[in-house]
Amino acid sequence: MRDRIVLDVSRLPLHGMGSASPTWWATGAFMLIEGSGFGLAIAVYFYLMSLAPQWPIDAPPPDLLPGTLLTGLLLASVIPNVMVSRWAEQKQLRKVQIGLVVMSLFGIAPLALRAFEFPALHVSWDDNAYGSIVWTLLGLHTTHILTDLIDTLVLTCLMFTRHGDNARRYGDVQDNALYWNFVVITWLPLYICIYWVPRQ
Amino acid sequence: MKSRSLSALLLLLSGCSGPQSVLGAYGQAAIALKDLIVFIVLVAILIWLAVVLFMAFALLRRQRQPVLDSRSERRIMAVVAIATAATAFVVAVLTIASFYTTRALNSDGTADLTITVRAQQWWWQFIYADQDQRQMFQTANELHIPVGRTVRLHLQAGDVIHSFWVPSLAGKLDLIPGRENILTLRAEKPGVYRGQCAEFCGLQHSHMAFVVIAEDDADYQHWSTMQRLDGASPSGAEAIAGQAVFLAKPCAACHTIRGTPASGSTGPDLTHVGSRRTIAAGLLETTRGSLAAWIADPQTLKPGNNMPVVPLTADELRQLSAYMESLR
Amino acid sequence: MTQDQASATVTDLGLADAEVERQLSVTWGSRPGFWGAIATVDHKIIAKRYVVTAFVFLILGGMLALAMRLQLAEPEARFIGPDRYNQIFTMHGSNMMFLFAVPVMEAMGVYFVPLLVGTRNIAFPRLNAFSYWIFLFGGILLWLSFALDTAPDVGWFAYVPLSGPEYGSGKRADIWAQMITFTELSALAVAVEIVVTVFKQRAPGMSLDKVPVLVWAMLVMSFLVIMAMPAIMFASSTLILDRLVGTQFYNPAEGGDALLWQHLFWFFGHPEVYIIFVPAVGMVSTILPAFVGRPLFGYVLMVMALITTGILSFGLWVHHMFTVGLPRLGESFFTASSMAISIPAGIQIFCWLATMWAGRPVFRTPFLFVIGFIVTFVIGGLTGVMVASVPFDTQVHDTYFVVAHFHYVLIGGAVFPLIGAIYYWFPKMTGRMMSERLGRRAFWLIFIGFHLTFFPMHILGLVGMPRRVYTYQPELPWGSLNLFVSLSSLVLALGFLIFFIDAFRSWRYGAPAGPNPWNATTLEWTTSSPPPSYNFRRIPVVDARELPSPENGEFAVASGLRTDRRELLVTSVVEALPEARESSPADSVWPFWAAIATSIMLIWSMFSPWAVVWGSIPIAITLIAWFWPKGSAEDES
Ligand code: HEA
Ligand code: HEA
Ligand code: HEC
Ligand code: CUA
Ligand SMILES: [Cu+2]
Repeated sequence: MRDRIVLDVSRLPLHGMGSASPTWWATGAFMLIEGSGFGLAIAVYFYLMSLAPQWPIDAPPPDLLPGTLLTGLLLASVIPNVMVSRWAEQKQLRKVQIGLVVMSLFGIAPLALRAFEFPALHVSWDDNAYGSIVWTLLGLHTTHILTDLIDTLVLTCLMFTRHGDNARRYGDVQDNALYWNFVVITWLPLYICIYWVPRQ
Repeated sequence: MKSRSLSALLLLLSGCSGPQSVLGAYGQAAIALKDLIVFIVLVAILIWLAVVLFMAFALLRRQRQPVLDSRSERRIMAVVAIATAATAFVVAVLTIASFYTTRALNSDGTADLTITVRAQQWWWQFIYADQDQRQMFQTANELHIPVGRTVRLHLQAGDVIHSFWVPSLAGKLDLIPGRENILTLRAEKPGVYRGQCAEFCGLQHSHMAFVVIAEDDADYQHWSTMQRLDGASPSGAEAIAGQAVFLAKPCAACHTIRGTPASGSTGPDLTHVGSRRTIAAGLLETTRGSLAAWIADPQTLKPGNNMPVVPLTADELRQLSAYMESLR
Repeated sequence: MTQDQASATVTDLGLADAEVERQLSVTWGSRPGFWGAIATVDHKIIAKRYVVTAFVFLILGGMLALAMRLQLAEPEARFIGPDRYNQIFTMHGSNMMFLFAVPVMEAMGVYFVPLLVGTRNIAFPRLNAFSYWIFLFGGILLWLSFALDTAPDVGWFAYVPLSGPEYGSGKRADIWAQMITFTELSALAVAVEIVVTVFKQRAPGMSLDKVPVLVWAMLVMSFLVIMAMPAIMFASSTLILDRLVGTQFYNPAEGGDALLWQHLFWFFGHPEVYIIFVPAVGMVSTILPAFVGRPLFGYVLMVMALITTGILSFGLWVHHMFTVGLPRLGESFFTASSMAISIPAGIQIFCWLATMWAGRPVFRTPFLFVIGFIVTFVIGGLTGVMVASVPFDTQVHDTYFVVAHFHYVLIGGAVFPLIGAIYYWFPKMTGRMMSERLGRRAFWLIFIGFHLTFFPMHILGLVGMPRRVYTYQPELPWGSLNLFVSLSSLVLALGFLIFFIDAFRSWRYGAPAGPNPWNATTLEWTTSSPPPSYNFRRIPVVDARELPSPENGEFAVASGLRTDRRELLVTSVVEALPEARESSPADSVWPFWAAIATSIMLIWSMFSPWAVVWGSIPIAITLIAWFWPKGSAEDES
């Protein structure tokens, strides 16, 4: 069979941004996977609650302070996050570098607060099913923060090397920012579940 | 070949099928279920025949060129649409039929008798409750019910999930730790119906059978009166010695024999073990020989079950089995 | 980089065909030698490994089936004791579902989706390599445990409390749960790759209404994986937590619940069976037209039916729990939804029948398997409709009737199409034809052996035989039927044996196939058999659902991709309009090391929760090494 050339693609850009980039879609798919996971975990929370004669089981409702502070912190981090994403879109290397350093700090700070959240639950994971599910919810989200933090740290280092100034890297920064927004958004229903539902 | 096996199935549907069969239905629920099953199976056979005959015809009819013109495509599409509509209709009919059968099974009326069923690895405990504590009694692996009466079973699990299934009387229902299920039985005909645990529950799931004995009111009354009595005092030297062995050995730690100090509860109540048809959850017919064989080496007969081998001399074994047999 | 710079680099514009091929095979080829083989990211090589490994697991699982049939051939047989039997049926089920059926379907997707959509490699090829290693190590873990007599023994759905801390002894249930983590991890990775390949790497012009049905099927399967697998990951992880650190998810005494496990398992487990079945539908829809000489009837209906099946499959899970005593109203809802799935299934059957009706059949081996599939699957589907009725199911649940149902749909509905697909695509994958003579024999032995083996199980179930029993008592009237079933399974095994012999021999000695032995009309047939490492010399440009017949010579393509580095075309989701030239990663050994590190962490975590902390460090290191740019042409845009 002979080829009949009907299309010349040599003038296309070498990397698509946003929805033109495969990594953007992969990030979306992973968010769908994790979203399903969190959705299920929340469903399990309510399922166990529906079975229990009283909720929380044998424990006072969790203290509000650390969790609420963390929520505030996460919400505040969205602003620099969106800015980093915008700078990456404009391919402003310097600003992206600084922004990523800031975002790394915004990744570490919630982990410090998280350390106070577990004791504030006033229940241990092995006391009863209530303890198990709230520890799991918090634990899942902590892993979530942690993985994104490591991703951010590696990316920050990368942006300071010669590989940094590159369309693909800027795309990675944007995807990373997208992911952090997801980390923040998934926290909100978890926050309500863990801290406010037991106060009903 | 296929249609022959299908007609074999039809033949089977009409009868003879053993002591534990969906097709030999003698309980109110089982009869309703059998009617539904026969109906759905017949519908399914018709659908399958239609599909396969049509396919055979499509493949084997006189060959021609592939049909591609849009007029014939539209005609075919109309046929597909009709077939789809027919599918929806059949499915609706089957759903409604199931719904009504389920409703018919759900007799909320008052029960004539309430029995608690506790399943454990790997035997069945049937507790006949009574207002008067002293009138309460229990059996193992053998459930007696009066014919024509509504019997309500409270299903509980002692350890893992099991499932209570006597196909000749009713559909199955699971026994789940932390929950209680309620099953209603009504036998329409006297008889001995076999049942078996239907949820995988570990090593001896295969040997977790029981029988349901449906008898007329008089027989049932007689039986339950007998069961309320304490264990028979042994008569004869062998049996008397057997009782002593029983009480001296670890047996009494696991088994209860009312009227003696033995009051263990991890194993079946043995107060009337000699009167039961089988031992070890349907494994062996109750005879003196099988009792001896069981007591001597339960782990070979039913590997993994929860009764340990208790070391006994030949004499002790003989005496014990005599005593067990005498507990009628 | 600006567009002008881009056009300054070397592309295939103006190069002669032979020169393009030479340069592309240098750029896309894998290095020879052991490390070259470990490092390769060619989707075809990885998919072949996947397929072969999965078939090895089929043989192993089949041997276990024969062992079970030996034990069940007579009442109170003593060939296999209860402990071993329980391991065997658990291994058989888990192995067949998690190590054979799901992976083999994904593997076919990994091989054919890139070819069918006309691209050079799957999206995220390194992730693809990683997923294969993880799958392999998970399988080895399970089979090693069997060799050491510590295999899981709690059934393929591992109900608690039997699998919980109190009753599940040793590490058996942990091995089951961790094997799940392995296989689900690899399945999720493949699902993401397939979704992105289908969405972003289709040949220019292949708008959504021109996507081959098989690709649609793989897409639906991938979404099912993405939505369903988190449930089982959650379930298996919490089971391990209950067993290892004393959480109370499944302990009713502390507010947990045994049924929670069943809900989570089946929320995954039901879609799981369609994960297996949906690709088979795609295969049938692809094979059938090639042998009746006309396009598939009702393309749009078929795609709609696939999508509907996928969506509905999340609303049926409770039909596996009809005997746990849920409220009647809820159960009726699940009866209705389960039965409703017959409507899309029916549409599929009707479209295939219509295609046959309007076509002119040529009875070659792949087509025989398609016919065998329809005959068999309809029985399995109809028994599915039977057990979907709550009252009906209370009599047959957990009996051999259900065993019959699911072997009819799994083997009749998925393995028959799969073997047909192997006969059909073997020439593409190896460049050689399989034997028509042996193929027919294999077909008849498998088809007849199958029905003789599994049809009587319906009757066994109705006359009261529960499943998962290692033996039964002589006074029950099951002996002769069981003996018959066991003998028939030998016929079935012989059929499989012939199939394997045929495949094995043809790989070496089969007649050369040429690019398109069946005159088929999908893109994979436009390239050579087996396809070169870069799949297509130039990316095809598509303007119809069916390819122009290959005889009329010219073939529309796109030009302008670089030949000195791995590059492929990214197109838009709906219309498949070209959007970018994207580089595709080079070979790397890091996915392999990452898989090793992950396996160590997963296995270690059966023994200590700290494994998750310490074991994650090597994983992080290998992942960073994997993603860190190494200055190759592919790393830079
Ligand atoms: C490939 C795998 C596959 C497929 C495709 C199916 C398809 C179906 N299955 Fe099956 N199923 C399994 C694999 C599969 N199943 C497995 C593995 C188990 C057991 C798990 C275990 O316990 O170990 C199981 C168990 C199972 C149960 C639980 C039984 C029990 O444990 O008691 C139920 C109950 O509803 C069920 C229902 C159905 C239905 C309604 C379909 C439908 O999709 C079928 C639809 C198809 C048709 C109906 C035929 C074609 C249609 C026509 C020709 C049109 C005309 C039809 C009508 C008018 C009705 N299945
Ligand atoms: C796709 C999935 C799949 C496949 C293909 C099979 C295939 C077979 N299955 Fe299986 N089966 C399941 C999935 C599957 N099964 C599942 C999920 C369960 C439930 C498990 C549970 O309850 O937990 C089950 C349970 C199950 C049981 C019930 C066990 C019990 O409840 O106690 C039985 C009993 O007969 C059985 C039999 C068979 C047989 C005879 C085959 C045959 O078709 C096998 C035929 C294949 C071979 C025999 C291999 C042949 C190859 C050779 C011999 C050639 C050697 C070649 C070389 C060396 C080159 N299966
Ligand atoms: C550690 C507990 C334990 C001890 C000790 C024990 N048994 Fe048992 N026994 C059981 C259990 C559990 C069963 C039920 C086994 C099964 O069917 O799975 C059983 C069953 C039996 C049965 C059959 C009852 C029936 O209806 O099925 C008999 C008879 C019996 N035991 C007698 C004895 C005698 C006699 C001894 C002492 C020599 C003894 N047992 C010691 C636990 C024990
Ligand atoms: Cu009890 Cu099975
Ligand atoms: Cu299902």
